[in-house]
Order: sequence, then C-alpha cells, then structure tokens
Amino acid sequence: MDEKKPKTELLDELEKGPWPSFVTEIKKATETSPMATDLLGQLELSYHERKGHWKHGGIVGVLGYGGGVIGRYSDVPEQFPNIAHFHTIRINQPSGWFYTSDSLRTLCNIWERHGSGLTNMHGSTGDIVFLGTRTEELEPVFKELTEAGFDLGGSGSAMRTPSCCVGEARCEWACYDTMKLCNDLTQAYQDELHRPSFPYKFKIKCAGCPNDCVAAEARADLSVIGIWKDDIQQDDEAVAKYAAEGLDIQRDVCDKCPTRCMSWNGELTINNRECVRCMHCINVMPKALRPGVEKGAALLIGSKAPIVQGALLSSVLVPFVPQEELFDTIKELISRVWEFWDEYGKNRERVGELIQRVGMANFLDAIGLDPVPQMVTAPRDNPYIYFQKKSENE
Amino acid sequence: MATTITPKRITDIGPPHYEKFLPPVIRRNYGAWKYHEVLEPGVLCHVSETGEKLYSVRAASPRLLSIQTIRLFADLADKYCGGYLRFTSRNNVEFLLEKLDEVAPLKADLAAAGFPIGGTRATISNIVHTQGWVHCHSSATDASGIVKSVMDSLSEYFVEEKLPAKLRIAVACCLNMCGAVHCSDIAILGVHRRPPKIRHDMLAKVCEVPTLISSCPTGAIRSAVVEGRQSVEVIEEQCMFCGNCYTVCPAMPMNDPENDGISIWVGGKVSNARSEPKFTKLAIPFLPNNPPRWPEVVEAVKNIVENYAKNARRFERMGEWIERIGWPRFFELTGIEFTRYHIDDFKNAGLTFARSTHLRF
Ligand code: SF4
Ligand code: SF4
Ligand code: SF4
Ligand code: SF4
Repeated sequence: MDEKKPKTELLDELEKGPWPSFVTEIKKATETSPMATDLLGQLELSYHERKGHWKHGGIVGVLGYGGGVIGRYSDVPEQFPNIAHFHTIRINQPSGWFYTSDSLRTLCNIWERHGSGLTNMHGSTGDIVFLGTRTEELEPVFKELTEAGFDLGGSGSAMRTPSCCVGEARCEWACYDTMKLCNDLTQAYQDELHRPSFPYKFKIKCAGCPNDCVAAEARADLSVIGIWKDDIQQDDEAVAKYAAEGLDIQRDVCDKCPTRCMSWNGELTINNRECVRCMHCINVMPKALRPGVEKGAALLIGSKAPIVQGALLSSVLVPFVPQEELFDTIKELISRVWEFWDEYGKNRERVGELIQRVGMANFLDAIGLDPVPQMVTAPRDNPYIYFQKKSENE
Repeated sequence: MATTITPKRITDIGPPHYEKFLPPVIRRNYGAWKYHEVLEPGVLCHVSETGEKLYSVRAASPRLLSIQTIRLFADLADKYCGGYLRFTSRNNVEFLLEKLDEVAPLKADLAAAGFPIGGTRATISNIVHTQGWVHCHSSATDASGIVKSVMDSLSEYFVEEKLPAKLRIAVACCLNMCGAVHCSDIAILGVHRRPPKIRHDMLAKVCEVPTLISSCPTGAIRSAVVEGRQSVEVIEEQCMFCGNCYTVCPAMPMNDPENDGISIWVGGKVSNARSEPKFTKLAIPFLPNNPPRWPEVVEAVKNIVENYAKNARRFERMGEWIERIGWPRFFELTGIEFTRYHIDDFKNAGLTFARSTHLRF
C-alpha cells in the first residue's frame, strides 16, 4: 500500500527512543490496511495543528445492541477518505486478560478482514478495543466475533464491561476468586451490558486484595476488594530469614504499619485486632506473611472520575462478605441499588453522585442496609441532623 | 422456490470463559499459589504449595498495537509458553513460562523486537492512557505521543528497580479522564482553558437545550436567542472548561490549539498499602501543548520523579513522601511555582485549606 505514503515528519520523531512506538504500530498496520495510512496522515495533521480531527460521536451499532460500538467520523474526510468512518468496537475481554496464541490470531484475522488492523490491548475499562472500521463492516465483524466465542463490551448509559485482577490464577494474596466472580457477573448482566437503560454508566471492578491492582477503589461504581477477617498467617522461621538476609524489620515493616500494631524484638508480634489489612507487611515479606484464612471481600460504592460533579472514591457499603456468598450478595445488592438509581437518578448522574445528593443515610434506607461504624472514618461533626418523625412503635 | 436457511444470529454470549486460556501450570495451581519472588525487574517467579513454579516475563507495550505485533506476541508465546500469554491492567504483555531456562532466550527475542522488560515492584510501570488525537473528539492534547515522549526519557526506571516504591503514571487527554488519572502518583492531564465556542447555526438542530443547560456543573449555560435563533449563552466567569456541555452537545466545541495544554498532578494512589487511597493534587496548572515531543511536560515529570527518587524513603509512595515532608517543601525541592490555581475553589474547597498551625517552612 505504499503508493501514497503520507509525509509524517513530526510523527517520525516518535519512532525514535527506547520505548515501543505507537507510530511504528500504525505504520506496521499500513501493510494490511489503507485506513492505517490515512490515520497516519490525519494524525500528522493534528500534530501540526495541535488539535484533534474527529467529529463528535454518532450513533452506530449492531442489530439488537445499544452499545459496544463508538461511532467516529473524520472531520477532514475529503483529505482522508479511508477514515471517513473510523468506529471503535469494544470486545469483552476474558477475565484476567489471559489468551492463547490461537485466540489472538483469530481476533487478528477478523480485524484484518474488516478493519484497520489497529487495536488497544486493552482499553481503559478493560475491553479489547478494535480501533477503526466502517459502518457496513460492523455486522460482519460482530458475526465473526460471536462465531469465535467473543461478544461486545459495554458503552453509554449501561453496565460497563466488568474487569478484575489476576486473582487466584496467579496471586497468592487473592482473598476470593476474582476471575470467576467477574466472569459470572458479566454473564449475569448481558442484557444490562448490551442495552443501555440506566441514568449513566455503571462499572464493577473486582480486586483480589487491598493492593487493588485494577483501581476498583477509584474507578468502579461497585468496587469489590478482597480482604480477610481473621489473623494474618505468620511463619516465624521465614520472618527470621528475612531479618537474617538484611531486611530492617523495625524500620521497613513495623514503622510503616499504619496502625503501629506490629512489634519486633527478634520476634514479630502482630496485634491483629488493630490491623487494618493494608497489605504493607505482607507485600514486604511475602514468604513470611499471608492474608488470613477467613477470606472474602469488602463492597464499596460510588467511585468515579470528575465528570459531572467531581471525582469520588468508593466508600464502604458492606465491610465483609465471605467469599462463598459474594455472587449472591452482590446480585441482591445491585438489584436494590439499580432500583433506587433508576427511580431517583438524574440523567448522567452516577450512583456516587446520587448518594452525595440524597445522603448516604437515605440511600442505606432505600436499599435496606443497616448503618455500621465501618462505613465512616468518623461520625458526623456537624449538628445539622435531619431527625425523622417518631414512628408509631417508638 | 428454495428457502435460504439463515443461521440464528448469536448474541449475548458474553466473553469466552477464561479457563480455556489458562496455561496448564496455572490450571493445576489455581488458588494454590504460596508466594512469589521478583527474580529481576520484569521477571516474576510464583511458587505454589506443591512447589511448582511459574515464570512471568513482563514487557512494555504502547497499548496501541497492530495485528502484526499481536501476531508476533502470539508466535513468541508458541515458542516459549505453550501458546499462553496475558496482558496486565497497565497494558503490559506478560509471557507465562514453566521453564526458567527459557526466560533468557525469550528476553533476548523481546529485546530484539524492541520491547523493554520490567515494570515490576519499585519501578515505573507502563503509563495507562487514553485515546487523544488518535481516536477521540474531545481531546485537549494527544495521549500516545506524550506517553512515548515521557517513557523514552524515563525508561531506565522501567527496566531497573531504582525508586523508593512503585510509581504509577497516567495520562488523560481531557477532564473526562477515561484513564482515571485522579489516583496516580503522577497524572498528566489535558486541559482546555477557554469556554466552548457556541455554534449558534447548528445548536438548536443537534442539541436539546434543557439537557445542555443541566449538563453544566456550575450553571454557566443559559438559554438565549441569538440572531433570531434559539440557542444558549455561556456566562464566561462561571465556566471552568470541563467540557461537559460538549459531551452532550456537538455544537459546543472546546478545541482551541492556542489555549489547550497540559496540567500535572501528583501524589495519588489506589492501593491501601500503608496509607489510604488518595486523589492526585495539582502540581503544575498549565504547560504548553508542544508536539511531537512535549519537552516541557517531559522535563516537568522527570524533575518530579528525580526529586522523589532522591528524597523519599524506601516503600514511600509519592503522596506519602509529600505528606511527610509537607507541600511547601515539595514546591521548594521541585522549584515548581505555587499559584492561585493551586488553591481549590470548587465544591468542598475548604477540605484542602490548612486548618491548623502545623506549619512548615
Ligand atoms: S489486587 Fe491483590 S490479589 Fe489481585 S493481583 Fe493485585 S495483589 Fe494480587
Ligand atoms: S497489614 Fe498493614 S495494618 Fe496490618 S499489620 Fe500489616 S502493615 Fe500493619
Ligand atoms: S480523556 Fe477525554 S479526550 Fe481523552 S479519550 Fe477520554 S474522552 Fe477522549
Ligand atoms: S465547559 Fe463545563 S463549565 Fe464551561 S459551560 Fe461547558 S459545562 Fe459549563
């Protein structure tokens, strides 16, 4: 396809240096797609003008789904006709982003036949992203994807593609089976995922422990974060070995413990009642310390990026759910949350913002949860209390 | 007349089940991992209760991958890993090996193909980022180009473990923050600085005015009749350039090459280790948008990273270091100017005011 290679003097600069280059990737894709060639051309133009050249959205999709495809059109199609349409397809990733080489080749072959040959592995929410195709290619891509066992991910005011950390597949710290929970929840909510019917998006992220490798705390309306309830498992011989190998246990472990609940005098003592399960000591001495055996997860609600009313972190809703009960508890909880959000949420209001607006106490009433002290860092410090009217039986 | 039988259209099957993508060593030891070691930056060894070992080799990726490169990864997985590989939540690619002696030749192949190995533990891992000029309509800047420029200058921190703790960088090209940069050690955020330029000619045709008005978090948008047409006006003093209005209405474009640029934020984290998760805080309100190499941004990030590397204690994340030494010292050490923009004036602003005489000079 080198008949009309665009001049890319600015982008060429980004092929230099040690870090792998996205420009090189786009150039590689020009071997199989003229769309990649025009993308290079338009991107070079953006680099010269310091502005994007994509038009605002546009509703495109596959039959029967309301999401999974993001419409994208060039605003300079005369100059770059091959990317006049350049729609994105989100494909639901397998839990934990594991693949076989054959499954990746299948995806590549489909995308070579029907699109630009450019992808994101992966998008911010976790989906496989196919970058750039024409409207008439959407149904054929979809048909081939589903025949290969893949399905689209979420977009718009819908359940978004859930994601999870690698969990029990490769992490000794996982307090529940993140990949199974993520997969089960994704399968349970196929309709909500493909057919947007919410006030705004709803994300679920499953992290196996408080290290939170999937940023559940910051990026999920429902954050499932693994914790244990009993005592840290401790192997004193292994602790002694770390000390012998030169780890300064007092300075690097005990003094960094947020609640100072550890002491060291040649022997390590943990006051587990005061441990907040932060993971620090376990991270530093993985051979000596491990999460307890009574495992499960905390459920937190409401985090989001700034749009619309400001960024939020998730806050504790259910402090501990045993691992066997996670799926059922989450399903029940979600149905109550969605019912309330559906009724009271405003257009483009995330669950976290709704809670801010109506108040956590009212939200708890609505979803039928009792308040517990783990939900707050401290009780309120202002006296403006909305006392409720005495009920009959008080 | 022959009737064509159309096969039933497959829908709502969800993602393929992960189990079939797991290498046998993982299937055998699922949920039975005992501990892990980092053999060298980018090479992990997980040991199971039964003593079996799994070696993971983590390589950098630009996230934007061509099918040609994915096929290359697939070939390497065939050659060394029985065909199994995965990607991480920060878009690195990971090869999953059963034999330690295959690690070195795999590393050599990856190096030859231009993919550095590292990103584990106290390193700078891959930058998570957004679409930018490659694919998004609302970007104030590009994302991939900034990531490439910053990582070119910091790649030593990816391949070598020479930081006090892990350092996570994220880039988002507008306040929508698809990359959720609001909890990273360093966040690079594209910003607009002028109100939307209202397209009165098309507004009534393409947008619902009430939805548009209610989309503005500060109530800056009012209904107005302009040149005889139903449209809106923006009270400029009330606009903080968030771009919400543009998200719901294409007639409110924010793009402005002369005024768009980049802000730098520091000290956020999501992990619960030691201190609680925290938001990033403003370090530099504005840097110019200077493609293709964004030298001002690269310089600013490098300066912050180097000061952190030099001054933080072992295991201290960026935000924890700054909290210990105090913000005045952070600004002094980095030479970054403290301005009126650093003082919050949005909702709940008072939460970041100093409300004690615990002062540091
Ligand atoms: S979140 Fe915890 S369990 Fe999951 S991969 Fe990270 S450290 Fe392991
Ligand atoms: S997990 Fe955290 S709080 Fe608990 S003992 Fe270890 S360092 Fe202390
Ligand atoms: S951060 Fe903004 S500009 Fe960047 S991809 Fe997301 S919506 Fe688009
Ligand atoms: S950019 Fe944001 S603050 Fe300004 S008018 Fe639009 S919605 Fe309102």
